[in-house]
Amino acid sequence: MKMATQAVRLFRKMDGLFAVYKPQGVHWKLVRDTIESNFLKALNSSPPAAPRREVQFQLLSSGENSTSKELILSPSMVPSLADHPLVTGPQFHKVHVGVGHRLDAFSSGVLVLGVGKGNSVLENLCKSHVTRDYTIEGEFGKATDNFSHTGRVIEKTTYDHITHDKLERVLAMLQGSNQKALITYSQVELQTQEAYELAARGLLYPDGKSPPILTGLRCIKFNPPHFTLEVRCVNETQKYLRKLIHEVGLELRASAVCTKVRRTRDGPFKVENALTRQHWTADSVLQAINHFRKTARKIRKSGMYMQSNVRMTLDADTREQTQSEHMSGVRDVLSDMILERETPGEPNEGRTKN
Amino acid sequence: MHVCQRCVSVLLWRPLSAALQQSTRSLHQHTQHNILQQSTTHTSIYSRPGGLRYFTHQHTASPDVHNTDPQQNKPGKHVVSLENSAMHQTSQVYLSGLDAVACPSPLQEISDEEAVQIQVPSVLPADSFTLRPYVDKSETLSKLVQLGVNLWDLEQRPNVGSMLVRLDFQADVAPRLLFLRDLGVEESTLGRLLTKNPFILTESLDNLQARVSYLKSKKFSAQSVAAMVTKAPYLLNFSVERLDNRLGFFQQQLGLSAEKTRYLVTRLPKLLCGSLEPVKENLKVCELEFGFRGNEIQHIVSTVPKVLLANKRKLTQIFDFVHNTMNIPHSLIAKFPQVLNAKFLRIRERHLFLEYLGRAQYQPDQPNYISLSRLVFLPDDVFCSEVALATLEDFERFQKTL
Repeated sequence: MKMATQAVRLFRKMDGLFAVYKPQGVHWKLVRDTIESNFLKALNSSPPAAPRREVQFQLLSSGENSTSKELILSPSMVPSLADHPLVTGPQFHKVHVGVGHRLDAFSSGVLVLGVGKGNSVLENLCKSHVTRDYTIEGEFGKATDNFSHTGRVIEKTTYDHITHDKLERVLAMLQGSNQKALITYSQVELQTQEAYELAARGLLYPDGKSPPILTGLRCIKFNPPHFTLEVRCVNETQKYLRKLIHEVGLELRASAVCTKVRRTRDGPFKVENALTRQHWTADSVLQAINHFRKTARKIRKSGMYMQSNVRMTLDADTREQTQSEHMSGVRDVLSDMILERETPGEPNEGRTKN
Repeated sequence: MHVCQRCVSVLLWRPLSAALQQSTRSLHQHTQHNILQQSTTHTSIYSRPGGLRYFTHQHTASPDVHNTDPQQNKPGKHVVSLENSAMHQTSQVYLSGLDAVACPSPLQEISDEEAVQIQVPSVLPADSFTLRPYVDKSETLSKLVQLGVNLWDLEQRPNVGSMLVRLDFQADVAPRLLFLRDLGVEESTLGRLLTKNPFILTESLDNLQARVSYLKSKKFSAQSVAAMVTKAPYLLNFSVERLDNRLGFFQQQLGLSAEKTRYLVTRLPKLLCGSLEPVKENLKVCELEFGFRGNEIQHIVSTVPKVLLANKRKLTQIFDFVHNTMNIPHSLIAKFPQVLNAKFLRIRERHLFLEYLGRAQYQPDQPNYISLSRLVFLPDDVFCSEVALATLEDFERFQKTL
């Protein structure tokens, strides 16, 4: 048996999920590549395996009398140059780091990354309908072509008539229409007991593919022309959120641009545990992976569970309110994020399926 | 006695090897002749980063190898396991040659002298994806490794692997290494230099000498020439005309004195190697887009020569933030031009943090002045404790609100 080298042991530890805080103005691919190269640096800096030894035979004359017919071959072991680190190159060439739900360059915030087996867990995380929280900042008074404040201005308006009340009314209307969409896309019969109980407990989620749906929306700061919204949503893109600001502006008979999109939570990954730029080293990431190990395991289990029996457990869940072992696992993850903060203004929580 | 035991297995193979001897040797010589030519083509075609290494060399893989050649037993010669390699290579020759050569019985005993007379051919693969099989055999390659040249890096580059295999250590490599050492290049940096620029080994000595004497005629001291060659390994591969052209360009465009031009070029000898277009562009950016005056540009360039080679977009991004958001006038930026060389994210995070704390005061004539160099170059913990007067945790928490 060959002993695993230090680098291989380190590589095996790189296995799981973690979250980083992506700064604004940086593409997610750059974040991923930075972390990949930091991993590689750590892996290749550990000492390489000892070089193979090559047997060489030195021919020696047997000694005293030169006429002696006896020849002595003395074997010696020499480290082979072919195994020199300068010849073999680095031990590791590629560490695959997978990226969870994307964040575009304009946005900042929690970005979930996976390494090793974490990559397959990431898939489960994407399939399970976890909600994500965003803080988005807007500014009344102008509209641009890409809905952000850096774009080309196409319209300018006044915003004196906008009050906090009016804004709240528009937000309530938006939330109502999204609630309706949520029921439509959740594929449950609206007039049934099942639908009632799911809705009452806030367990509705879109079934299969759906457009972006806001499950929570509230204004946390209103200081015209600036305002800040807090959004909880599923299946969103950052562009959709910027467009949301634009539409809020239009509804208020004005126009608005988005100045900041910041993701504060992605499923069970919160901003407190996200690693800032200085901590994207292998050591800190390994700590973060350890911290999220339980979470990752629960997500993996929930994924396996989801594939096997979806609807059946849902029925069992709603009728008997008893939960299987897997369920309670997922429920823990979910309760974490539900309890994290009182919900914006609506009862229903986004949740993983089952 | 030990030796005799080892010879036993050779004895067993004796008839086969005797039969093979002629044909194998001729075949092998043929192979050796061809190796160099073939490897030049094949390595260049197939060498890719991470290319598969098909050619594990069998002599290292098999632990019980037998050396039987008394005359040629020099350290450079290698041992070979006959049973794995020679047979594979020459099975066809073996079949056809059976009739011609008298074939002794496998069990026939031979004397020790006969045993050691058996010529064992070497097995260098005719082509390979890497330089690994050749390293132990080639004097050039093994000496280069001992110098610290990263052969793996080099073989990734097209044609470099085959070029290195073709070099002869005594004739090609040693004179140039001696030349570099006479120039004053530190021996510890030779490996890095050759890793960057292996082509200096194929450049003719006269040319190298001519370029060095040109630089010396321009009153570069011997030490600065050595430092320049160490910093920019490709320097000596460019013709005298080209070097002259570059030196003239920097002196004229920047309006520097000869002394200052020498200083600038010694600081960043890469300027003499690369294209002049990006340099011209950066100068225009500084002059027209940023609005620096001529003497300010001179000062910036002689303090931070890297500005000339920096990415234009990065420069613009930093200048835009420092000048328009932080409201720092040109004169102050020209005083601390290192800020143009810093990381944009770092400047932005620190400025926003200071602004949040109400400490963003960059006017030198007012109290609580924070200089640009203190803003940018202190490490995070020192910056937090001395400039921002906050804890590192606070700074990180603040970063997560951006």
